Amino acid sequence: MTNKHTLSVLVENKPGVLARVSGLFSRRSFNIDSLAVGETENPDVSRITIVVNADSSPLEQVTKQLNKLVNVLKIVELDPAQSVQRELLLVKVRADRAQRGQVLETVELFRARVIDVAPDTLTIEATGNPDKLDALLRDLEPYGIKEMVQSGLVAIGRGSRSITTGPALRAA
Amino acid sequence: MTRPTPETLAHRATPATVAAAVNTAPTTVAPVATTGAGALVRSLEALGVEVAFGIPGGAILPAYDPLFDSKVRHILVRHEQGAGHAATGYAQATGRVGVCIATSGPGATNLVTPIADAYMDSVPIVAITGQVGRPYIGTDAFQEADIQGITLPITKHNFLVQNAEELPRILAEAFHLALTGRPGPVLVDIPKDVLTSQTTFQWPPTLDLPGYRPTLHPHGKQIREAARLIAAAKRPVLYVGGGVHKAGATDGLRKLAELTGIPVVTTLMGIGAFPDSHPQHLGMPGMHGTVPAVYALQKSDLLITLGARFDDRVTGKLDSFAPDAKIVHADIDPAEIGKNRHADVPIVGDARHVIDELIAAVSATAGGTEQYAAWWATLNDIRERYPLGYDEPTDGTLAPQYVIERLGEIVGPDAIYCAGVGQHQMWASQFIKYEKPGTWLNSGGAGTMGYAVPAAMGAKVAQPDTTVWAIDGDGCFQMTNQELATCALEGIPIKVAVINNGNLGMVRQWQTLFYDGRYSNTELGTHKHRIPDFVKLAEALGCIGLRCESKDDVDKVIKQAMEINDAPVVIDFTVGKDAMVWPMVPAGTSNDEIMFARDVRPTFEEDDL
Repeated sequence: MTNKHTLSVLVENKPGVLARVSGLFSRRSFNIDSLAVGETENPDVSRITIVVNADSSPLEQVTKQLNKLVNVLKIVELDPAQSVQRELLLVKVRADRAQRGQVLETVELFRARVIDVAPDTLTIEATGNPDKLDALLRDLEPYGIKEMVQSGLVAIGRGSRSITTGPALRAA
Repeated sequence: MTRPTPETLAHRATPATVAAAVNTAPTTVAPVATTGAGALVRSLEALGVEVAFGIPGGAILPAYDPLFDSKVRHILVRHEQGAGHAATGYAQATGRVGVCIATSGPGATNLVTPIADAYMDSVPIVAITGQVGRPYIGTDAFQEADIQGITLPITKHNFLVQNAEELPRILAEAFHLALTGRPGPVLVDIPKDVLTSQTTFQWPPTLDLPGYRPTLHPHGKQIREAARLIAAAKRPVLYVGGGVHKAGATDGLRKLAELTGIPVVTTLMGIGAFPDSHPQHLGMPGMHGTVPAVYALQKSDLLITLGARFDDRVTGKLDSFAPDAKIVHADIDPAEIGKNRHADVPIVGDARHVIDELIAAVSATAGGTEQYAAWWATLNDIRERYPLGYDEPTDGTLAPQYVIERLGEIVGPDAIYCAGVGQHQMWASQFIKYEKPGTWLNSGGAGTMGYAVPAAMGAKVAQPDTTVWAIDGDGCFQMTNQELATCALEGIPIKVAVINNGNLGMVRQWQTLFYDGRYSNTELGTHKHRIPDFVKLAEALGCIGLRCESKDDVDKVIKQAMEINDAPVVIDFTVGKDAMVWPMVPAGTSNDEIMFARDVRPTFEEDDL
């Protein structure tokens, strides 16, 4: 856990850029824990949030390699203490009439939402940091998880500063 | 927020800088109606391209029509690999961008090896490939290959052109990217319907590369820190790589070396950056480096690394490399710094600026060259005891080292020498004396057999008044000799010395040393069966073919080849198969394990230090 780093990578919003970024990770033997990509406030710029599991020296190398990609504009590492980090979880849980009340109680407890109901299942939507979603899943597990899908992590710095104006991660 | 923000937009090079980079005055062209193909050719002209190497085919065919009338000289090669290496040889011999052209599918994939080669050696080339029409992309159309995807990991950048309007800008960007910062190959893939569509050509375009910002000028604080370490060092070494060539920093390097009195080693890619005859030059470090160069690195207390990258062939086993040395590492590519070896003083910058600023900084602190007297005494002793050399074969065969040594002595330091990959390459790096930058071309990082003939062709096109020798092995030569037909027909009189030992010599050497002499698949039959007969082959390809089989004939045949200037010449030097490249640091072992010759380890007086 301590070796996880969250990188926000601003890239030109052009075809093929995600392949360049993700390909670089596998090519240079770096593992991606999670990856999420989307447009930013500037339609010409996309933001890729990557969680990598690496010591500081390989992390520096991967950052430098990313910086070499012509379409990469800027890389910032987000400190978990100074940023808000969220994942989205959709999970289909077995819940017949007898269990439904207990499941709903768990949903309530985690401030999740029920988004679909069937006679024998509930589909639940939850957002939160990875720890919270892990805890929710642990609580739901005993009822029987039929299907789940999770997004990559997205993160944003706390406070009024924006990463488009703040300093970039520049190693060495 | 709209672009550009000051932070994200860092680098808008002007077309003028692009034009300057390819040695032409900036061109201005008022808007004119043309096709995508017309825009492509006009862009190449505006970028100052003199020559392009290529082969036409279906998808790229529209481009060949305007090329027919263009002032850009197109050299029709026999295989796209030849086009790629020729572009590389051209670029290495001039410092300008080399250009190669191929059609879609197999034409493009045949460029993959030279592109990978140029990537490993940071050579500025632009590869232009045809692609199937946009509506067919992704349908497994005839001669379709995703060359952009294929070359992602082996290009500095690549483009798939989406419409004809963006062609001039993309080409200008491609040339700019190829040549600036750390140079490298750039591929531009152009769908056929983009080439045939109507557009308006206008020059110059505005480059749009907001994420590209090479750092040229080093940080003053790091330079001062490097100067402080140099002043304090007792056993410093200037560890010089290909980056010094690329930055045109060889004069500065000499000044720095002479000012400080620090010994110099030049890597395989750095050869020629410092005169071999200079008393401060210890030779090449690494797997087949000189004993003094390897020893100097291992015993050094400070490596001043300039445009080199701690490649495994230089360091040997990394954790025992230069164990006592502090590292000053200057490179234009920040990702090289700290990649293999921690840098105590990282310096990001162009080698020319770095060296110029180091000269200024050490001038203030330099303690004079006597500072390193003890170091030099040790190095000179090692140098005297372990010079480069070779044994005459006992079986009466011709020594390949002798051939190469004589070639260098007869031809002299003004010629360009272009080697393939293997034993002959190492001997050519060891036994020819290089005095000038740009006179030694080879495939260093990728180790591409077959590089020599087409690269020599490219170099000769670039420097028609210079004698260009390809020094090739019989294995390498059989991979790309088809380009001799191109040389013969296009009036490119290169000279080829085939060091023919009848075997894949370097592989055989490893089999001798590490596989108990079990020669699995290294015998080529060029001795035993004389298949092919290189003299006849040369003649069939429109060249003069000569053969040399004895020591007595070596000088005569080389001189004979030197007198032929109206046709390419091939000399088949039939040499012994048992010669080995020494010294050698076996792969994966420490540089301290260097072997001076078979079963001969140098002895070092540790107390000297």
